[in-house]
Order: sequence, then structure tokens, then C-alpha cells
Amino acid sequence: MKLLDISNSAIKSLNVNRARSALTILGVVIGVFSVVTLVSIGRGMQNYIQDQFNALGSNLLFVSPGKADFQDDPSKALGRNKLDEKHVELIESNASELFITVSPYVVLGDNVRYKTKSFYGTVNGISYDDEKTYNYELDKGRFFTKSEQNTSARVAIIGPSIVEELFGTKNPVGNSIKLGDDSYQVIGSFKEKGRNFDDGVIVPYTSAMNTFDVPFFSSIVAKVRNTENVDLATREIKIALLKDLKEEDFTVLSQSDILSSIQNILQILTIGIGAIAGISLLVGGIGIMNIMLVSVTERIKEIGLRKALGATQLDIAMQFLIESVFLSLGGGLIGLLLGWLGTYASRTFLRTEIPWWAVALAFGFSVLVGVIFGTYPAITAAKKDPVEALRYE
Amino acid sequence: MPDNPHPLLKAENIVKEYHIDGTVIKALDNVTIEIYKGEFMSIVGKSGSGKSTIMHILGLLDTPTSGHIVLNGKEVSSFKDNQIAKIRNSEIGFVFQFFNLLQRATALENVMLPLMYSSVPKNQWAGKAKEMLKLVDLTDRMDNKSNELSGGQKQRVAIARALVNDPSIIFADEPTGNLDSKTGDAIFDLFHRLHEQGKTVVLVTHDDELAQRTERQVTLKDGVIV
Repeated sequence: MKLLDISNSAIKSLNVNRARSALTILGVVIGVFSVVTLVSIGRGMQNYIQDQFNALGSNLLFVSPGKADFQDDPSKALGRNKLDEKHVELIESNASELFITVSPYVVLGDNVRYKTKSFYGTVNGISYDDEKTYNYELDKGRFFTKSEQNTSARVAIIGPSIVEELFGTKNPVGNSIKLGDDSYQVIGSFKEKGRNFDDGVIVPYTSAMNTFDVPFFSSIVAKVRNTENVDLATREIKIALLKDLKEEDFTVLSQSDILSSIQNILQILTIGIGAIAGISLLVGGIGIMNIMLVSVTERIKEIGLRKALGATQLDIAMQFLIESVFLSLGGGLIGLLLGWLGTYASRTFLRTEIPWWAVALAFGFSVLVGVIFGTYPAITAAKKDPVEALRYE
Repeated sequence: MPDNPHPLLKAENIVKEYHIDGTVIKALDNVTIEIYKGEFMSIVGKSGSGKSTIMHILGLLDTPTSGHIVLNGKEVSSFKDNQIAKIRNSEIGFVFQFFNLLQRATALENVMLPLMYSSVPKNQWAGKAKEMLKLVDLTDRMDNKSNELSGGQKQRVAIARALVNDPSIIFADEPTGNLDSKTGDAIFDLFHRLHEQGKTVVLVTHDDELAQRTERQVTLKDGVIV
């Protein structure tokens, strides 16, 4: 009996018990769906992080307060924050030739208000010479000057999301917005740069510290002149800061450090997801085996008849094995389709994608589950004695 | 006995024992049966006489505890399962008391079933099956599911199925046992017709009267030929 004929016959018999077939494959559907969805969301998160870093460039070093090892409570690190102007100077005086800029960075969230409208954005307090550090491109107006920074002038450059929400198509330059309790004059706007930047307001860091009464920097950002010197620059920053701070008071992170830390977390998450998926595939497989055994008993007369008509043990085994593979593959396909829909739906907030290997893995695993859990029922069927099978009532 | 001295199928000194709860039950005791090409014979006996057991052994569905089966001059008792299956497919046709049709399949699909396990190319399956349905006068019901057919029609589908691979022998196990007498007669006549066309037919029945209508009777009692 040819594979195609066996397949046709398998589809027919699965069709007879449609509801039962559907319920049987549920475990595999859920297993494959969760793998595909979670992998694609994991991918989306990785893409998101990568996009953020790509927007900044690879030669930035971040000095953050406290020991950032991604294990402790981050709020503790903020509590120990001691970073201020003195430390910027320490770094600059230690190895000025290594850096293009060394500048403070203050970041906080706040409602940006214009007349009656309000939009929750990110206030980025940066230095006057940092326009290029963060690769901002001005759309309208200008950046703030050194003297505005020195006098803590209330001036702001706003991102495209804020322009759209507060001003619509109107030119925002020259208008006044409210940050905290202070009025800031909009002196410019910047072009689209990515989701995490577009809701930003750029102000002199001195002004941000003033308005929001922040005594320390959120971090110090050093732009290294030569990408090859990132490691050397990291060491120099540490040497400089240890003159005033203890080792646990700060962390120097390069972009690749941050990226790999986050990727580590995602990897652990992926393993967890894999384990959950594995368990649900196992349960799904047991469900399939159970139903296939029931099916063997139900069709015992048919097995006897087929043997009487000339079916070999292999013919009978293949018939049941292919049925179980079809069940499990069907579950895999439905799971994949649902996963794809889930991925498609999550596109609105994450750049999710289903990597080809996840599709291959889902397929491979569903076939494997069908084969593994279909083998025992198939052998049971193949070994039935034809005379007893024909007599079975 | 027919003129041909070499039997088509011979079961020689067949013993069949069953072990049930430590007790040995002898279903067949040294039974020898010869079936000749083109004959219409019957194996008769009461319930428990061993007639079904000998039919299963002759039809290569079951293996004897001891003894030999010779088909077309070849000793087949020692053949492997796969070879036996092939022989069952090409040389033997079965007709059962309870028809044993696949409920979900049409009459045509049921008749095609043995062809699926044969070497006949797929494009000839439907043609051959239709030919057999014509032979049993069921052309008009070939697309009906088997549960839409009457008892007599079901048995005719089963006969068409037994004939489709043009086997050497047809074993019919109480083929009229589940039919009313009129329909049963019609089915018997069909076997008779097949015999006239040169088929070898072995009827297995408890019904002496029916057996008398065949050319030759072998009677079994308690596992022994009498």
C-alpha cells in the first residue's frame, strides 16, 4: 500500500471523528502556539533593544550609579547615586584624549503640557555638545547653547510624538510648554528616531536638575573617540572614578555589555519557554497516544479484515502511525497559524518576527511527537492476531 | 473428486491446540483436507466442531500447532508473515457471515480494499472493482455507503471484494447465516454461478442442507473429520 493511499485513508478516518481529533490535538496546538508566540516576542524584544542601541552608535560608555549586575534591585543602585559634576571632570582630566565628549545625563518621566493638552514623555537632560552623541537630527529650530546650559535656561527641543500630540501640524518652535512647574520655550524639534526617543524632550541637564530638583546624574555618558579603545576607555573611567568613589558606587557599561546582559536574560527566558512547550507537547503526545489506543480497539475488526485481505504488519502499523503523525502535525500547523496571528497582532507594539528555525522546530517537534507517541499504538495494531481481531465483538 | 490429481490446497495432519488457563484444548486433531481447482465443496459441522479453525488455517489467517499447508505445490506453513500476507492478498478471498465491510466507505471503496495491498496499478483499481460489482449485480449501488445497503447487498459487496484480486480459492464462512432464506438462496446461487465460471469455492457452514447443495462435503466433529 502506497504512502499516498495510506495518507488518504488516514485523513478519512480522522474525519470520521472530527470533534475527537480536534480535542486530541489541543495539547500540541497549545505547545506549538506558545513556542512560536513566545519566540517571536523574544525576537521582538531583542529587535527593540538592538534598534535602541543602533540609534545611539556603538562607541558610547555609560557610567551608572551602583553595581548594575542585573541581579540586585535597581532602586538600591539609585539610592546610592553619587554621580555629579566632579566625576565628569575626573574622567575628563584622567584621559581626555580618549573621549570626544564626557557629559552628564539626567532622565525622568513627566507630563509635557501645552495649553490644555498633556502628553506623558521622557525628559532627557543632556549637554549642549551632545546633539551628535545621540545622533539627533533637528527637524525645526536649533539646539541649545553652552551659555543656555550654564544659565539653566528653560529651553527645550521636542520629539515628533510630542509635536504631533500637542501641536498637530503647527510649528511648535517659539511656543511655551510646561515641564514640572516650569515653563520651557520650545526652540526646536527633532526628526523621528525610534519609538523610545520620539516621545522625548531634550533640555539642558542643568535645567532638568533644577526644575525637578535632582541632585545627581542618572548617568555619565562618554563618547569614545575610537571604537577600538572602548575597553581601554572603560578602564580609564574606572581609574578616574575610584579616586572619589568606591567600586560598588558605579558601573561602567558599554553598549555591548548591556546588550549581552539583556540577551542573557532573554536566553534564560527562552529556555523556560522551551521547557513549558516541551511539557505541553509531552502532554499532547500522551493525549494522542491515548486516542490512538482507543482507535485501535475500536477498529480491531477493521484490522482483522485488512489483514485477511492481505495487509502486512507494516501496512497496518503505517496506517496508525500516519494517523497519529497527521493528528500531531495538524496540531502543529494550527498552533503555527495561531502563533503567526499572535505575532501579527503584537506587531503594533513590538517588531516581532517568527524565525525560520522556530517554524522548522515546531514542524519537526510535531512530527516527532506523532511518531514517538504513535509507535506504540501502531505496533499494538500491527501485532493483532487476525482471527481474534475478526471475532472481536 | 475432480480429474486433476494435484490438489490446489492441501492441509495435512493439522493439529491445533489452544492453551486456556493451563488446560490444553485440541480444536483440530490430525485433520487432512484437500481442495481441488474448480470445485465447490463444503466444510460442515456444528458449532465448536473446528470448522472455522480449519478455514482460518486453510486461509492462512492462523497457523497450526503442527501439520503442513501446501498451496499450488508449495509448502507455505513456514513462510514469513509478509509472504503469507501477499498470498492471502492474491490467492485467497474471504466472505464472512457478518460481511465485515468498512462502514464509512462506499461499496466501490470496499471492493477496492484488497487492491490497495496488491501490485495492481492504482489506475486500474476502480475499473476492476466496478467489474466485480457488475458481476454481483450491484453497479447501481456502488456509491452507497455500506450502511445504506441491505444485508443481501452487503454480502454481494463482500463477494465482489473477495473476487477482485482473482484469487485461486474463495472461502465463505456461513455466508447466508445472517440473511433471510430468500436472500440466502440468492447468495448461494451467486456462489454456484461463480463455481460454474471456474472459481474454487469452499463453503463453511453448520447447515447440512446447504452443504448438500455443494459438490463435496467434509464433515468435522470435535476437531476430527468424520
